[in-house]
Amino acid sequence: MKTESFILLVIGIFFAIIGAIYWFTSYEQAGTLMLIGSALLGLLPGGYYYYWYRKMGQRPEDNPDATIASGAGVISSFPGSSIWPFVLASGAFFIGLTFVFGIWFAPVALALVVSALIGATVESRRGGHV
Amino acid sequence: MTDVINPPVIGGGGDVTAVDEHVVEHGHAEEHGPTGVLKWLTTTDHKVIGLSYMITSLVMFYLAGIMALVIRLQLASPSSSLLSFSQYNELFTMHGSLMLYLFAGPFAFGGLANYIVPLQVGAPDMAFPRLNALSYWLYAGGSITMLLSFFVAGGASSFGWVAYAPLSNATNSPGAGSDMWIMALALTGFSAIFTGVNLVATIFYLRAPGMTMFRMPIFTWNMLVTGILILIAFPVLTAALIMLYCDRHFGTHIFTVSGGGVPVLWQHLFWFFGHPEVYILALPFFGIATEVIPTFSRKPVFGYKGMVFATLSIAALSTGVWAHHMYTTGVVLLPFFSLLSLLIAVPTGIKFFNWIGTMWRGQLSFKTPMLFCIGFLFAFLMGGVTGVMLAAPALDFFTHDTYFVVAHFHQVLFGTAVFAGFAGLYFWYPKMFGRMLSDKLGKWHFWLLFIGFWLTFIPQYEVGLKGMPRRVAVYPSNLGWQVYNQISTIGAFVIGISFAILLVNLWISWRNPVPAGDNPWDAGGLEWFTTSPPPHHNFTHLPPIRSERPTWDYNHPDSPALHHGKPTGPSSGHGGDGSGGTRETVEV
Repeated sequence: MKTESFILLVIGIFFAIIGAIYWFTSYEQAGTLMLIGSALLGLLPGGYYYYWYRKMGQRPEDNPDATIASGAGVISSFPGSSIWPFVLASGAFFIGLTFVFGIWFAPVALALVVSALIGATVESRRGGHV
Repeated sequence: MTDVINPPVIGGGGDVTAVDEHVVEHGHAEEHGPTGVLKWLTTTDHKVIGLSYMITSLVMFYLAGIMALVIRLQLASPSSSLLSFSQYNELFTMHGSLMLYLFAGPFAFGGLANYIVPLQVGAPDMAFPRLNALSYWLYAGGSITMLLSFFVAGGASSFGWVAYAPLSNATNSPGAGSDMWIMALALTGFSAIFTGVNLVATIFYLRAPGMTMFRMPIFTWNMLVTGILILIAFPVLTAALIMLYCDRHFGTHIFTVSGGGVPVLWQHLFWFFGHPEVYILALPFFGIATEVIPTFSRKPVFGYKGMVFATLSIAALSTGVWAHHMYTTGVVLLPFFSLLSLLIAVPTGIKFFNWIGTMWRGQLSFKTPMLFCIGFLFAFLMGGVTGVMLAAPALDFFTHDTYFVVAHFHQVLFGTAVFAGFAGLYFWYPKMFGRMLSDKLGKWHFWLLFIGFWLTFIPQYEVGLKGMPRRVAVYPSNLGWQVYNQISTIGAFVIGISFAILLVNLWISWRNPVPAGDNPWDAGGLEWFTTSPPPHHNFTHLPPIRSERPTWDYNHPDSPALHHGKPTGPSSGHGGDGSGGTRETVEV
């Protein structure tokens, strides 16, 4: 986690410096705000990763001498097939059409999005299936 | 069903007694669940999603390519009546939008990266498989929305792929086509953000033991940096699109002078997305070149850490140069943006130095992927050099909005997304399908593409310097511009023929498959260790990871395992793990 957090922290510090230079040379607001946003985007997750690096120490994937066996155990739980991403994206598609063609697409869009949110949540709780 | 993955565990083999056997055991290794179309709709497998992404983006590429050919036909004579002005405007807008938003990016970070990155880091899948599926379906929805906009009253959007205010407001660009363009980009923008999250999380959390950050293949490194750039850039685009929509329909005046708004703000927001976007479209392809060139030079990559830091500095600098597209607005800080833009040439130059250093004294074999990468070096170098020219405000004022700029960015993006992108396709196709593409047809594809590429774009530099503006459907016949445009049109059709050859190649490989084996190029990345195509959840077992090319170390235990030019550790002078070449894995 050390390298990962450092990459993000350095990105954050870089944008903080560039943002300061940009503000005091141009006094242009939009660009400065976006550079501050980018600085935060580096510093916040970078700080979070650094916190976990301090707590967890070295993981097997950070250890150059680790053997494959040292990562034994459950990596993660991966969902199997699921229809809900497709349903949710269809809902998003109809939301787009709602904004273009009018409100009559909204019931379809909402029905799809709500059913996908419920479906995906329930699926996660009880183990997925189609 | 939810698969719980329990890799890797020691032992477990009845007839295998080696103490250092490491087998990845799968909870539910075999595929299960629905079949047919339903299987495709419900899949969360990164390989299937990656392939879907690649096929969809290639369809977009061919459609946008056909649009480009029609545009070139129109420009072959000064006052052609092939297209009306509005049709011409729609075509160049959709050509740019399809190529940039729906082909180049999704092909790289949605297609190739989705398929290859989990394999390269030794992961069973992407970190968030259902989010990954959602990304693809949002992208598919965005693509459909974009294409459908041709069929609404008033036609597709016609304000260029950059949608500058005030041209893009409701008065100047009325009609549903423009709104559909906005919604299509919003959908693909969210899809890109989700893919960016997925890539970063996969690379940070799902690496195999021993796969430290500085042992990751450069392609994976570049995709990590691309993922971070996506997270910086795309939210700004989405926000800008929402503002544009509000201006068009809800009566706000964010980009209109009449209500106290600032039209240039659109350019700030758009290019704060747009310039990192150019590098989102470039870095993955730099990564492909850095995988292909060492493989076909039979050497480890020269200057591994230099490559990594060059990638990071290109990404960082690229976010601070957005206004070099806006020099002629007269309201940007020229020295700041000029300096940062020129600085990008330094890390890019380091990359070129390292690519050449990798080939230097290597055993080069000019297979199709290698040829495409060398083509990429030439093409991108030309685009890069003219980029340095355009970074100087004095020259940019002279060439802004001329064909010089058109030629510049086509050479940059063609060099990366097409040359290096199709190098990636030829390189990893055997891994994805377990069959080879014809090398002979691939070389025909390359040479026709290479010739067509220079024929198309070099005349555009010249005609741009002679003053021809971009985005015009007709031009005066007495300025000597026609001959350049005709050469350019011929070149474009040569490119078109080369891509017809690719279709033939794919067809032949589909009908008469030549088996590829697991590692046809004798490459070094972890993706070549597993079968072609890889099984569900990718690996049945993993080799020890002691350098950035573990498969090479495993297959060549006698060659010194170099890591940044040094032995990999006190105990690993040879391919094995300090045990004098003893292999750590066994076939199961």
